[in-house]
Amino acid sequence: MNNEALFRYLLRLGDDSLILGQRLGEWCGHGPILEEDIALTNIALDLIGQATSILNYAGEVEGKGRDGDKLAFLRFEHEYTNLLLLEQPNGDFGDTIMRQFLFDAFRKPLFEQLIHSGDKQLSAIAEKSLKETKYHLRHTSEWIIRLGDGTEESHQRIQKSLDNLWRYTDEIFMTDSVDEELTKNGILPDLSSIRSIWEETVKSVFAEATITIPTNNWKFEGGRRGRHSEHMGYILSDLQYMQRAYPNMEW
Amino acid sequence: MKELSISELEARFQDKIDREIKIEPNDWMPDEYRKTLIRQISQHAHSEVVGMLPEGNWISRAPNLRRKAVLLAKVQDEAGHGLYLYSATETLGADRESTIDDMHEGKAKYSSIFNYPALTWADIGAIGWLVDGAAILNQVALCRTSYGPYARAMVKICKEESFHQRQGYESLMVLAKGTTEQKAMAQDALNRFWWPALMMFGPSDKDSPHSAQSMKWKIKRLSNDELRQNFVDATVPQAEILGLTIPDEKLKWNEERGHYDFSEINWDEFYQVLAGNGPCNRERVEARKKAKEEGAWVREAANAFAAKRAMKKTA
Repeated sequence: MNNEALFRYLLRLGDDSLILGQRLGEWCGHGPILEEDIALTNIALDLIGQATSILNYAGEVEGKGRDGDKLAFLRFEHEYTNLLLLEQPNGDFGDTIMRQFLFDAFRKPLFEQLIHSGDKQLSAIAEKSLKETKYHLRHTSEWIIRLGDGTEESHQRIQKSLDNLWRYTDEIFMTDSVDEELTKNGILPDLSSIRSIWEETVKSVFAEATITIPTNNWKFEGGRRGRHSEHMGYILSDLQYMQRAYPNMEW
Repeated sequence: MKELSISELEARFQDKIDREIKIEPNDWMPDEYRKTLIRQISQHAHSEVVGMLPEGNWISRAPNLRRKAVLLAKVQDEAGHGLYLYSATETLGADRESTIDDMHEGKAKYSSIFNYPALTWADIGAIGWLVDGAAILNQVALCRTSYGPYARAMVKICKEESFHQRQGYESLMVLAKGTTEQKAMAQDALNRFWWPALMMFGPSDKDSPHSAQSMKWKIKRLSNDELRQNFVDATVPQAEILGLTIPDEKLKWNEERGHYDFSEINWDEFYQVLAGNGPCNRERVEARKKAKEEGAWVREAANAFAAKRAMKKTA
C-alpha cells in the first residue's frame, strides 16, 4: 500500500482536530457561564491532544523528518485540509455548539469504526479519541436540545445557527481517491455507512430540540482540497505567529 | 435552655479560633467575620476568572502544540478554582451572580495584577512563575485559615497552583537558555511583572485596613509584608538560576536580617491601578460584562428548559 494516501488522510483527521481546537480556544474567559468556559476549554484541550498524536503519526508516515509541530505550524494555507465547517467563526454560543455538534455526531461513529482499522496506530488513536468524543457529543446534544426547546429567543437563534452551518455538512462525507484507497485496504471504514449513523443522530436530536433541517440543499466543499474560506488566513496568522516571527527556536 | 448573649457567642467563637477549631457553615459567626470572608473569597474567585483573560489571550498564539495544551489546561484549572471559590462564598449565604455583578460595577475587587497586559509569549511564563508564585505564598497560608470550606478549597487549589508555577518557570528556562531574542523577551517580561507581582501582597502592614482583625480571626495567618519578604527571598535565587536580572538596584542580601533588602514599592502606581486606572482595568471588566450580557440568553434558555422538564415530570 502507498503511504501517501495514509499521510494525506492523517492530515485531514489531524487538521480537523487542530483547527476546531484553535477556534474553541478563542472562547476562553468569554463563555456564557463559568461551567461552559470549563467545558469548551476541556473540549479544546482534547482536540489539541488528538491533533498532536495524529500529526506526529502523519510525520512518521511521511518520513521526511517533519513532526506534529512542523505540520501544525509550518504549512501554507492550501496545505491544510480541514473541513470548511470547522474554520467558521465562533459566532454566538449557539453557533459554536451547533458547529461542534455536527462534527461530534460524525466523529463518534468514525472513531468507533476506526478502532477496527488495519493500521494499529490509527486504531489506538481512535480508541483514545472515542472516549473524549462520546463526552463531547453528549454535551453538545444536550445543549442543542436545551437551546432549541428553551426560550423563543434561543429557539430562533439555534435554528439560525443550523440554517447557516448546514451547507457545510455535505463535505464531511465527501470522498476521493485517498479515502477509496484506504477503504479498499481496510484502513478506513466506508464513509457512507457513517453518514447514515450521523443522519440518524442529527435527526433525532433536532426533533427533540424542535428545530428543522433547512430545505436549501446548497453544498460547499473545498477544505479537503486545501481550498478554504476567507477565515482561514486569520486563523493561521494567530496559530503560526510565533513560529513565523521567531523561526527555528525551541519553546 | 437559656439563649446566649452576643458577647457570650463571640467569646465562644474566638475561643474556637484560638484552639484552631475550624468554623463551619452552620456555626454561629460574627456578621463582620462573615462579611470579611465573603469579600475576600469572592475577590479571590473574581481574580481566578479575570486572570483567565490575559493568559487566554495567548492560547491562539502559543508557539507549539505542547505549550498550547499546557496553557489550555492551566486556564481551565483557573476557571475550576473560580467555581470552588464561588461555591465557598455560597456556604456563607452569598449569591454567585450578585457577587459577580458587584465586581462588574466596581464594588468588588479582583487582583490588580491582571490589569497588566500579557504582551509576549514570555509573559505567559512570567505569569506562571511570579504571579502564581506570589499567589501560592498567600494561599499556602490560607490552607490553615479559620473558615473550613475556604481552607479545604485552598488545599486543592494550592496543589494546582504550584504545578502552574513550575510550568511557568520551566517555560522561562527554555527562553533563558535560548537565542538572544528569547532571552531578551524573558528579561523584558521579568522587568514588567516584577513590581506588579510584589504589589500582589497588598498594602504595607502599616496601611492595611483589614489586616489586624483578620489576623485575630485567623482568616489571615501572615502579614502582607511578611509574605512579600518571603516571596522576594524565594524568588531571587530562582532568577539567578535563569540568568535574569531583577529590576531593582537596591536588591541586596542582608546578612543581619537573613533576608533580601529591596526598594520601596511605587505605592502611587499601586493605588492608581487599584482605583481602576491600570493599563487594562477597563478592558478586563468590559470583557467580563460582555461575556455575561451576551450569555444571558443561554442561561435563560437553560433555566426555561429545566423548568419545562420539571413540569413534564410532575404532570
